Amino acid sequence: MQKVAGKVYRVVGPVVEIEEVSFLRMLDMVEVGEFHLVGEVVRLIKDRAYVQVYEDTTSLKAGDVVYTQGYPLYVELGPGLVGEIYDGIQRPLSVLKEKEGVYINRGVHVNALRRDRKWRFIPVIDCGHTINEGDVLGEVQETPLVKHRIMCPPGIKGQLKWIIPQGDYTVDEKIAVVEKEDGVSQEITMCQRWPVRKPRPYKEKLPIGEPLITGQRVIDTLFPVAKGGCVAVPGGFGTGKTVIQHQLAKWSDAEIVIFVGCGERGNEMTDILLTFPKLIDPRTQRPLFERTIFIANTSNMPVAAREASIYTGITMAEYYRDMGYNVALMADSTSRWAEALRELSGRLEEMPLEEGFPAYLASRLAEFYERAGKITTLNGSAGSISIIASVSPPGGDFSEPVTSHTKRFIRCFWALDRDLANARHYPSISWIDSYSEYIEDIKEWWHKNISEEWLSLRYNIMDLLQREQRLQQVVKLVGPEVLPQRQRLVLEICSVFKNAFLQQFAFDPVDTYSSARKQFLMLKIILQFYHTSDRLLKKGLRIAEIKEKPVYQDIMRMRLKYTEQELNKLEELLKKVEAMDSEDL
Amino acid sequence: MYMDGFMKEYTQRDYVGLEELVGPIFIIRNVHNVGYNELVEIIDDEGVPRLGIILEAGKGYAVVEVLKGTSGLSLKNSKVRFKEKPLLVGVSEDILGRVFDGTGNPIDGMPRPFYDEYVNVNGLAINPTARDYPENIIETGISSIDVMNTLVRGQKLPIFSGSGLPHDILGTQIARQARVKGESFCVMFVAMGVKFDTARFFIRSFEESGVLERVTVFLSLADSPSIEKTLTPRLALSCAEYLAFKKNMHVLVIMTDMSNYCEALREVSTIRGEIPARKGYPGYLYSDLAGLYERAGMIKGVKGSITQLPILTMPNDDITHPIPDLTGYITEGQIVLERELFGRGIYPPIAGLPSLSRLMKDNIGEGLTREDHPALASQLFACYAKVKDIRALASIIGEEELTPLDHLFLKFGDEFEKRFLNQGHYERRSLENGLDLGWEVISILPKDELPRIREEMLKKYYKPRKNES
Repeated sequence: MQKVAGKVYRVVGPVVEIEEVSFLRMLDMVEVGEFHLVGEVVRLIKDRAYVQVYEDTTSLKAGDVVYTQGYPLYVELGPGLVGEIYDGIQRPLSVLKEKEGVYINRGVHVNALRRDRKWRFIPVIDCGHTINEGDVLGEVQETPLVKHRIMCPPGIKGQLKWIIPQGDYTVDEKIAVVEKEDGVSQEITMCQRWPVRKPRPYKEKLPIGEPLITGQRVIDTLFPVAKGGCVAVPGGFGTGKTVIQHQLAKWSDAEIVIFVGCGERGNEMTDILLTFPKLIDPRTQRPLFERTIFIANTSNMPVAAREASIYTGITMAEYYRDMGYNVALMADSTSRWAEALRELSGRLEEMPLEEGFPAYLASRLAEFYERAGKITTLNGSAGSISIIASVSPPGGDFSEPVTSHTKRFIRCFWALDRDLANARHYPSISWIDSYSEYIEDIKEWWHKNISEEWLSLRYNIMDLLQREQRLQQVVKLVGPEVLPQRQRLVLEICSVFKNAFLQQFAFDPVDTYSSARKQFLMLKIILQFYHTSDRLLKKGLRIAEIKEKPVYQDIMRMRLKYTEQELNKLEELLKKVEAMDSEDL
Repeated sequence: MYMDGFMKEYTQRDYVGLEELVGPIFIIRNVHNVGYNELVEIIDDEGVPRLGIILEAGKGYAVVEVLKGTSGLSLKNSKVRFKEKPLLVGVSEDILGRVFDGTGNPIDGMPRPFYDEYVNVNGLAINPTARDYPENIIETGISSIDVMNTLVRGQKLPIFSGSGLPHDILGTQIARQARVKGESFCVMFVAMGVKFDTARFFIRSFEESGVLERVTVFLSLADSPSIEKTLTPRLALSCAEYLAFKKNMHVLVIMTDMSNYCEALREVSTIRGEIPARKGYPGYLYSDLAGLYERAGMIKGVKGSITQLPILTMPNDDITHPIPDLTGYITEGQIVLERELFGRGIYPPIAGLPSLSRLMKDNIGEGLTREDHPALASQLFACYAKVKDIRALASIIGEEELTPLDHLFLKFGDEFEKRFLNQGHYERRSLENGLDLGWEVISILPKDELPRIREEMLKKYYKPRKNES
């Protein structure tokens, strides 16, 4: 199956030039030298090809033979993906560990999907039916949380000649035969391959309308993201990007979560791998592991595989989307991916632009973000991919190329603020610099499912926060004492809002997740507290006296105190706050 | 470390004559079977060998970088031997207590140690599934680190300093004082591009305090070739990996000064003609630094650990400069030294707010350090942040206009800096004493101002001063 594609002409880091090339195509996958190092063709000139190699090229020599199978870098798609942890080119790290031990050696070839595992396949269609691309042939319970739909791969349609009865099969076994329109019989297994750089086909894109509930108050209430939307999370180091990514991977209400650790810390991936199996999904009461796929290409793993890891992730996301699932893809961090692009571009001696990034940085980013969205699949069901991408701007400067280009292709922006992080205000999402363009798209969902008041309350609190910011400038000059009571109340309410609502402890069992209903009640309580206090001030009370009321302490502690099962107590608190002005005077 | 004694590890092929010499790089033609990144020995006109590494391996040619520089090499008479293997480093337990130069040759007047095995200096990436999450703290005897920014085994926690600040003194103090409870522990002290005076200070300080037997020193002086400086930390980390993961020791690697390392890397990259990214640093600076820093950690089923404490001087005290910036993105927190505190005579001048230890949260508290540790540390941070705000306000409206509570905060701020942060160069303050001192200074503030500490803890540890109660 493998053919000789050429011979190594020269080696410079991860880039290898090959001579005597006759039939290679762009982006074809090759294996270089005696170790069979995996690489990808990135440039062709006459009989020369440039290959970016995904593994360490030490000791490669001129004259080493290069092999190819004649197809582009692909991923294997089928049951067994969920719960697994892969490197950037879809080698399962747990299998590598069994085979090779603690360190990642090069030239190791393993299948992405285990070949020895049997899956219970339940056919859902009978022989004789005409089937189209993407039609579901059968189902496999991949994990207790995920029903894996075995689909007819894109490019195949015709009459179903044969389908295997219910039973346990490996991913290599033939499960169906389709007679195509040209009369050729096509065998189908539970495993299909797809080139990572090519988006999987779908019928049409759909308008966005439902929020991705993340359980994080500052996100869901102030800067929501929709299912099928794209968010960028930029922030300097230490501002809490990774914790936000982890929180979303844990709590967002997607059916499948794909976490791509792209060029980040090894210990962070270890943290995830150790904590995820212990975490229980609040909706299904099952371990969150059972809906998550991990891709870990840490910063010290080969840079070319880091470049590929984003595509490996998004292709798996598309596969589950095509089954009709809502998929959330976390990419931490896209800056490291862009840097990998820059490093490889430099080795190819391409003309650099700003900060050494290649000219095609923007179009690569655009291609990636456009693979998100809500769609109708080929078989007519609806699925979505949401992308939550962190960006690590050098020096926390948002005007650098990766952040500024990313902003063109996303519609929701969570700017992380260094000052908030230094004050240990987490999540450190700035309410001044962040925005979400999805608010109008998803307001209907909130109004239908939670309350008609949602949008107006949100604008109320945003207005107060803006006023507070202007007042703070005055306070910086003259101190808070000179402000009139009603203006000081705005400061006080915003301080309450920041402490009791925006701040959220990721590591507290109660606070780590707030349902949409709880968020709404908390917001309503704080705003009601503002309105009632304002009335009390008019009646002559002072702020210090209002702060002594028992409800004040209750509000300050409500996020930690009331669990999701005790939301009725929040409603009681709301009533108490409403009744505050009647009780005294 | 590889100069003699183990050349049997390598095969040899000789060529005579070079085609081109530019800076530390030469090009040689008509060679065959040379592999990328492999080791080369060059013998100059006087017959003295030096080492080089293959930067580019092509058909019939090779581009080689010479570690000790190319001065004195001629095109005609230089002899080149291709070793057909990448650079290897010898490792063994005998290196403890020794002083080596930047390429691993002993400079303490004693003979070369015996090596147990030879390993590739670049190491291999640890499989993330094989890593164990860092746990158990390393006590440094410095309260501002132990209490506020706890160092954890397997962590990489850099010190961000500026020129003129006492990072060298702090580095040696940590090397002298660091302890792990009841386990074998050693220190690799890696100095890159330091001046001779500083190097002498390091060695003397270890000798005098009698800890040299558990310290290995690698010294690459300021005037040694740049390529050597880029190699030194890799040698040291290879030794550390051997001691930690094969010999079950807890190794603390102190690397100073990472800025010199990055400068050397930039120089080498420019000579190689690579396309620069920010401020002339190569585009792969992040990956390169990660290749060093990520060698810290712990492995499942192995007792040892590698903890890193890289020290870097921020050019112009600018934390957004690529060196501290990229370091901060890779490491698990940072300890920042502050010029203003230093100016007021406070040692160590560890800035409260920008300093952070990411792994602290999981490794302190009941059963690990002391039950009150997390709450106290968090409250000290919060109160000190408030002190900074009040000081800023006071500088505008004057101290007289402040409320009595604000004055208490100012008093707390002063005592926090002068009593808690401040300690002697040879003072080893236990974590226990550090926590108690923390309670002493925070008790200046009324209980109501300490919302992050639970009532039971306050009852047990809060100690109001007699004259003020």
